[in-house]
Amino acid sequence: MARRLNSGYYISEGFHNVFSHGFMSFAAVCMIVACLLIMGTFTLVAVNLEHMLGELERENEFLAYVDESYTREQAQTLAGQLEALPNVASAAFVTKEEAQTSFLQGREENALLVELPSTVFRDRFRIHVKDIESMSHTVEQVEGVEGIAKVSVALGIAQGFVLVRNIASGVALILIAILMIISLFIIANTIKLATFYRREEIAVMKMCGASNSFVRWPFVFEGLILGLTGAVVAFFLQWGVYQLVCGLIDQSAAMGLVVIIPYVDMAFRILATFAVSGLVIGAGGSVMAIRKFLQV
Amino acid sequence: MIRLIDIYKEYDNGTKALKGINVRIDDGEFVFMVGPSGSGKSTIIKLITAEVAPTEGRLMVNGYNLNNIRPNQVPYMRRTLGVIFQDFRLIEKKTVWENLSFVMRAVGSSNREIRRRIPYVLELVGLAQKADRYPSELSGGEQQRVAIARALVNNPSMIIADEPTGNLDPQRSLEIMTLLERINELGTTVLVVTHEKGLVNRFAKRVVAIEDGRIISDETGGYYNGQTT
Repeated sequence: MARRLNSGYYISEGFHNVFSHGFMSFAAVCMIVACLLIMGTFTLVAVNLEHMLGELERENEFLAYVDESYTREQAQTLAGQLEALPNVASAAFVTKEEAQTSFLQGREENALLVELPSTVFRDRFRIHVKDIESMSHTVEQVEGVEGIAKVSVALGIAQGFVLVRNIASGVALILIAILMIISLFIIANTIKLATFYRREEIAVMKMCGASNSFVRWPFVFEGLILGLTGAVVAFFLQWGVYQLVCGLIDQSAAMGLVVIIPYVDMAFRILATFAVSGLVIGAGGSVMAIRKFLQV
Repeated sequence: MIRLIDIYKEYDNGTKALKGINVRIDDGEFVFMVGPSGSGKSTIIKLITAEVAPTEGRLMVNGYNLNNIRPNQVPYMRRTLGVIFQDFRLIEKKTVWENLSFVMRAVGSSNREIRRRIPYVLELVGLAQKADRYPSELSGGEQQRVAIARALVNNPSMIIADEPTGNLDPQRSLEIMTLLERINELGTTVLVVTHEKGLVNRFAKRVVAIEDGRIISDETGGYYNGQTT
């Protein structure tokens, strides 16, 4: 008898099994949703933290004072040299007058300061770097530029940002990895429970001459269906939870400085990640769960 | 054809189930294998269906040498057998038709072949009108006839029935045994494992008696007077 591909049968059996074992299917989808929600929440917190730190990093700048012997025209030509340095994102020229105006903002009532001549200030460059981790090296390079007399930098703050970001990324990665392992374990066991319930059915199939792949494929499709369903449900639930948290943050005056990435900006990536995770977890869990019962 | 030559089987827990079994069952035979519980009958079935391997001895089933059969060949060997169990082992969530069709799909049959074969087999076992019923809607005797139909549907060269009447009343048991006899007359080898001496003696076929892992008698038209348990 010719051997034929049973893909249509596998898919229809997969769907049939999902509905005919409704409670176990529901339990498996709930587990997948719960695990994806927990992992998704941690990931979104990490992504937002990273985003906020990135914003703060971008605001971190240092000042490079121009040698007083340079004329304004000579000083302005230094911008090209500074921006040519590899880690410099921008070098904005600030005249001594602009510096004075900026300094006096909020100090207008202090007569002593108001009467200061602008010659007390120096022409300067406000420099932003691309990578805050290389800031100290960039400062050395800026100091080496002829015409730069002095550099004023708060390296401690920059290093603090780097430290916080590295710790946050490390903790998030470790937590996500631990959660993923726990999730896989829980889901594999849930599917194993569902499969254990059907071990007699598998044994009968094997005794009738069914090959391992014939028995396995409907379970794999079932796992894929459960995984994808879980992913879609988790995606929308995550959306709801995210919007709720965003609303609470917006209402809280104390958290006015927190900048949250809108969910829609990440929606496609979240859906894709959830879908791939759901499919892998569903199919992988099914294969892992059924392996033991194929030894008939 | 089945050949068991000097077969010994000792399980991991130290139980010596078989102690030098020699049996040959030729194509077209009808054989009763009888003996009390724990005599080794079920172990012989498990050996023939490749659920367990012998500790010692040679074992041939329908042209397959089970001493060195590759795992991926086991399904093909099993397709030459049709197995019937005491507890029927039908899939409760499938209809009678589906219980039979999935066995045909497992060996790669087309929808056309399935549509042609199943009505014939159901007619043979007298269940042509119950194709769309679920096992729970059938009597014990009907469920066992579905199990026989399932064993027959891929046209195996041999049917192995493990206590096929154990869960049935005497009238249904007689019907099932008569059905198996008819199947044998159509050319299929039949091996029935049982300890129901009334049925065995009524049919006067070859009887292989086992006790304590050894064959104590092997007679055509034999008589069984062992203890039932």
